[in-house]
Amino acid sequence: MIDVQNLTHRYGDRVALNRISFQVKPGEVFGLLGPNGGGKSTLFRILSTMMAPTEGRALLAGHDVMREPAQVRRHVGVVFQTQSLDKALTVEENLRAQGHLHGLSGSVLRERMARAMEQLGLADRRKDLVETLSGGLRRRVEIAKALLHKPQVLLMDEASTGLDPAARRDLSRHVETLRADDGVTILLTTHVLEEAERCDRLILLHQGNIVAQGTPGELRSSIGGDVVVLEAGDTASLAGGIEQRFGLKSKVMEGQVRVEIQNGHRFITEVVEAFPGAIESVGLHKPTLEDVFVRETGASIE
Amino acid sequence: MSSFFLPAATLWQRELIRFWRQKSRLLGVIASPLVIWLLIGYGSNTLKRFYAGALVLTVMFSAIFSTISIIEDRREGFLLSMLVSPAPRTSMVLGKILGAATLAWIQGLIFLAFAPLAGVSIAFGELLAVAGAIFLISFTLTGLGFVIAWKMESTAGFHAIMNLLLLPMWMVSGALFPLSEAQGWIKALMWANPLTYSISLLSSTLRFPNVTPGPVESLVVTLAFGLALLLVCGMMAAQKSTRSAA
Repeated sequence: MIDVQNLTHRYGDRVALNRISFQVKPGEVFGLLGPNGGGKSTLFRILSTMMAPTEGRALLAGHDVMREPAQVRRHVGVVFQTQSLDKALTVEENLRAQGHLHGLSGSVLRERMARAMEQLGLADRRKDLVETLSGGLRRRVEIAKALLHKPQVLLMDEASTGLDPAARRDLSRHVETLRADDGVTILLTTHVLEEAERCDRLILLHQGNIVAQGTPGELRSSIGGDVVVLEAGDTASLAGGIEQRFGLKSKVMEGQVRVEIQNGHRFITEVVEAFPGAIESVGLHKPTLEDVFVRETGASIE
Repeated sequence: MSSFFLPAATLWQRELIRFWRQKSRLLGVIASPLVIWLLIGYGSNTLKRFYAGALVLTVMFSAIFSTISIIEDRREGFLLSMLVSPAPRTSMVLGKILGAATLAWIQGLIFLAFAPLAGVSIAFGELLAVAGAIFLISFTLTGLGFVIAWKMESTAGFHAIMNLLLLPMWMVSGALFPLSEAQGWIKALMWANPLTYSISLLSSTLRFPNVTPGPVESLVVTLAFGLALLLVCGMMAAQKSTRSAA
């Protein structure tokens, strides 16, 4: 459904995307995870036909974003990170205007609007001005708007930005329904781990490169065992000591030493005894996507 | 056909609804030209002479107000979803410009209600010509605003252009002093200024005496300027972007 091949984009000398390739199957929820500035937004702009890439190509629903942008726009719904609603108009008026932009009118448009509002739980707010709606509701209107022309692909850029956890969960629930009901293929960008966890597959983007890809489970299990996080004043010497004593490589970042290890609970007792007084706090957790990202890049996502 | 006119019509309608819901905009657009007109007009006893200029200023303020929103709208707003819809860019441009021009026109017509104050009387039969002239002027000024706004990154830039280009353009258009009284190179500037022909077009339809340039010349230049701007707008909007700003 989405086929990206060797996509490269440069802003002047700065490389924002470096030979990115990936495929998304029909009906998949596919995530682009990475920190801000990692290349997600650039990729999003290219896929949504707002910007032409420097090199490479991208096909959506079988159409090339460069050569047939009009065809792509017919099959793709776009939800922006920033608001794209007219606040002075009501929910219904926003949807109607969007329908008109897609050449929809009359009873077809009325039915589509009713269905989209139904799916996103907006039916009772249809007459409300957008400026009176909460952030979560506005996001849902954005999604309803993007669905009117029955797109095969829905692109969502940081759709949960600025939402509280409840509204975020609510949004995910609606997205899941869309996929289940209509089989829409969804590509979303995010820097929120919780959201990334709910994707079928992911790519991790860092400085314009894909640093890892797979299902969330695959990515997590690429880290064997547990992650032990040690906070210390002198992280460098602690990391050095651990390597000497236990033969373990560790990552140092932001006052922390991170070690990937099987049976982390045993390692904890040993390491604390080995370096008395050097460690300020100890933590152990099962691997997360953040740990995968840290291992691949040495940087944090958020 | 409907895929061209429907988007244009919906954008036009959107401008009108927005305007209707934000009536305070009306005050901002009409009040300042009105005050300027009354102060200069009463002060120098030239209310009538200055009337056409003040009306064009009202239209200009309205056009600027409407097109300045393009800048914000493109980064964060309704314009974003237009850019990723299959509607032809040219139809969006037409819808936006016609919508904004209609608003400017309505405000121009409201200003027309102050004509008796200037001692200008308009016969019912002449009203059509006056309204037509105001619409044409609204259209060209909106087109001009659009051309400037489309490439702008921030509204601050637009304000700079307004102060350095649009207001001076208005000042040497015959709005403040007639072409016949202008001196030296300013006179040449006035002949080259498209806005001069807007003022003279309006003055002609208001049956002011001794208007230069003449009515036919004024109509042709204003019309040509408007169409040229529309063409430029269409071409700019159709261009593909490779920059980070949408």
